Amino acid sequence: MTLPEFFGCTFIAFGPPFALFVFTIANDPVRIIILIAAAFFWLLSLLISSLWYALIPLKEFLAFGVVFSVCFQEAFRYIIYRILRSTEQGLHAVAEDTRVTDNKHILAYVSGLGFGIISGMFALVNVLADMSGPGTMGLKGGTELFFVTSAAQALSIILLHTFWSVIFFNAFDTNNYIHIGYVVGSHLFVSLITLLNANELYTTTLLINYLVTILTGVLAFRVAGGTSRSFRKFITCQ
Amino acid sequence: MSRFKQKKVFTSYIPLVSLTKSHHTTTASQGEASSATEANERTPLMAAVNLQASCSSGLASEDDANVGSQIGAAERLERPPRRQQQRNNYGSSNQDQPDAAILAVPNVVMREPGGSRPSRLTGGGGGNGGPPTNEMEEEQGLKYGAQHVIKLFVPVSLCMLVVVATINSISFYNSTDVYLLYTPFHEQSPEPSVKFWSALANSLILMSVVVVMTFLLIVLYKKRCYRIIHGWLILSSFMLLFIFTYLYLEELLRAYNIPMDYPTALLIMWNFGVVGMMSIHWQGPLRLQQGYLIFVAALMALVFIKYLPEWTAWAVLAAISIWDLIAVLSPRGPLRILVETAQERNEQIFPALIYSSTVVYALVNTVTPQQSQATASSSPSSSNSTTTTRATQNSLASPEAAAASVQRTGNSHPRQNQRDDGSVLATEGMPLVTFKSNLRGNAEAAGFTQEWSANLSERVARRQIEVQSTQSGNAQRSNEYRTVTAPDQNHPDGQEERGIKLGLGDFIFYSVLVGKASSYGDWTTTIACFVAILIGLCLTLLLLAIWRKALPALPISITFGLIFCFATSAVVKPFMEDLSAKQVFI
Repeated sequence: MTLPEFFGCTFIAFGPPFALFVFTIANDPVRIIILIAAAFFWLLSLLISSLWYALIPLKEFLAFGVVFSVCFQEAFRYIIYRILRSTEQGLHAVAEDTRVTDNKHILAYVSGLGFGIISGMFALVNVLADMSGPGTMGLKGGTELFFVTSAAQALSIILLHTFWSVIFFNAFDTNNYIHIGYVVGSHLFVSLITLLNANELYTTTLLINYLVTILTGVLAFRVAGGTSRSFRKFITCQ
Repeated sequence: MSRFKQKKVFTSYIPLVSLTKSHHTTTASQGEASSATEANERTPLMAAVNLQASCSSGLASEDDANVGSQIGAAERLERPPRRQQQRNNYGSSNQDQPDAAILAVPNVVMREPGGSRPSRLTGGGGGNGGPPTNEMEEEQGLKYGAQHVIKLFVPVSLCMLVVVATINSISFYNSTDVYLLYTPFHEQSPEPSVKFWSALANSLILMSVVVVMTFLLIVLYKKRCYRIIHGWLILSSFMLLFIFTYLYLEELLRAYNIPMDYPTALLIMWNFGVVGMMSIHWQGPLRLQQGYLIFVAALMALVFIKYLPEWTAWAVLAAISIWDLIAVLSPRGPLRILVETAQERNEQIFPALIYSSTVVYALVNTVTPQQSQATASSSPSSSNSTTTTRATQNSLASPEAAAASVQRTGNSHPRQNQRDDGSVLATEGMPLVTFKSNLRGNAEAAGFTQEWSANLSERVARRQIEVQSTQSGNAQRSNEYRTVTAPDQNHPDGQEERGIKLGLGDFIFYSVLVGKASSYGDWTTTIACFVAILIGLCLTLLLLAIWRKALPALPISITFGLIFCFATSAVVKPFMEDLSAKQVFI
């Protein structure tokens, strides 16, 4: 049971991001580099929030660390936004595929995916390592849904990070403060909601988080210039 | 056995990034070499062997200690030939037919969006130089840089993957029970201070051996003891490909509890090792060679992880990146001397210890068998006629070259000719191209026009190709030859030729870092190290594109890697464990 569970959860969490990577990122060297750079910036934000968490005395309250971590992540999202926008000229010169700079949402999407993938990996990879055996959850108390819900949450976080970056970058380009507020607020909301997971309220948290994910996805789609008509066209392959 | 092992350890220390350059001249001098063998009336096999020896003596030169990156230098090396070809093609109308056939290919390619690339060489003289030129070249470098960063990411990641997978599945490599001779302090005391001092002492001993070996290498290289260096490298890769691979196979089978009889194991080992030796030191498909190099680096990293005590491994990583910094960047740094000497001598970086993302080496070698065939099939008498043909063709081509080749025809021994060409190239042709600003002056002072010197290498190469096509006797073979060289001539324009070379030492120490991080069983640390190393590599390559000189690949990456490794395992890990235990996602 352990190995199938391992593969199942891996594919739940990382299947869609992997597909995104393969079909949209892997062919363009510049995008791969930006993806890794974004991952690096997320790591820096995590490092700072862990330092914060380790240094302050409120270790018992995870919520405290979570709030600050979200703030740091958004700060680093802003930093990477500034960096990407300031190097845009250079990127335009460098990129073989000029779509990267012609369409501003691609940079946002790539860096968001980088944020998401590394975040999902950090959240899940040790759980996955434990998942592969020899023991499994739910034998002596605890819930056996632990792994599956973790994987599903990780997927939602990965997708959310991608959407957030698209909205966030565009919001700073257009000075749309509502969208910035939405990104930070929904990030905070989703992270705090997952605190309920400790009480095994999986239905609530997953439902809410996926609702937020879909909402954010729709918003990101609209921000990137999509309309219901273009979506219909896409679905029907016209 | 253990002595060999230790020897190996130092042989494959090569942290280096560098850019490949295309040498027509390398190919060409091999052509000369083959004509030399031809004159000696060897059997085909002997000719091939001899050829290999002679080309290895050309290639072996820059071996393990080559640490440094040289996008810039290599680009400088590489661009001029293209320009020369263009110039030749447009300018000189007196080329005979085969030349036109060969040269028709390269000048087609103009990748610059705004027309043909203004060369720095002509830019100085022609008056169209200036800031736009530099900018454009810079951009060009970066553009190719982005692709080549990925071309390095993939093998580096693969190497790390092999090491991490091995560490996590074969417990043999996880524990240190046997030690290398160089690490006399075994860190068995529980006291951290004692551990610290023993780690420091161990790493100092190890580093001093590395330094001594590097200097030994330089001395050998300076004295042109190519055979010794080459033998050394062959011995080392032999050790890795046979003995360490056997150990690896044994532990792999043991870990998965697979029984295997000795004959089968021997058969596997023999095939694996011999193919590896051939593809690394002689010829083989590029992918195969790259695969073997990655495996060899991974194996070496596993050896380090296995046999170095824990703290010593970290200390060695720190020390080697500092040494790398010194050896490459300081004005009298040994690796810098090596890189510069190799450039001066216009020699290919030795393939056994450098991972190259390009096809140069493969191309150079695909020409080889044809040449050896040609060599085998023709008789010594035809070699005489060859010489004369060459003289006439040269006189057709250009007066200066004719003069030069008349001199050469005077030499009775073909091998002498090769030497001649080689030295001419080494002293005047390529260095001029490489360090154009200072050497251009020299050439002019020596009475040559810029153009002549710039064309020299091209002419010599062409001449040698002519020799090849004429000496091969029948027309069919000469056609065959040309089809082989055509891509070779074509490639300088293609991006494949401008690959980045990364020393296997960099692979090894990156993998040691990641493998060591993963041996603590925490995957977040491993991933953090991986990302940090890749970012460090990215930064190094960016600096490479900006500064255009040999750079050490280890310091930035290893520093990032060490910082993230310790920070993650000390600070981030508890936080993330709290989070994932409670299923909180940030």
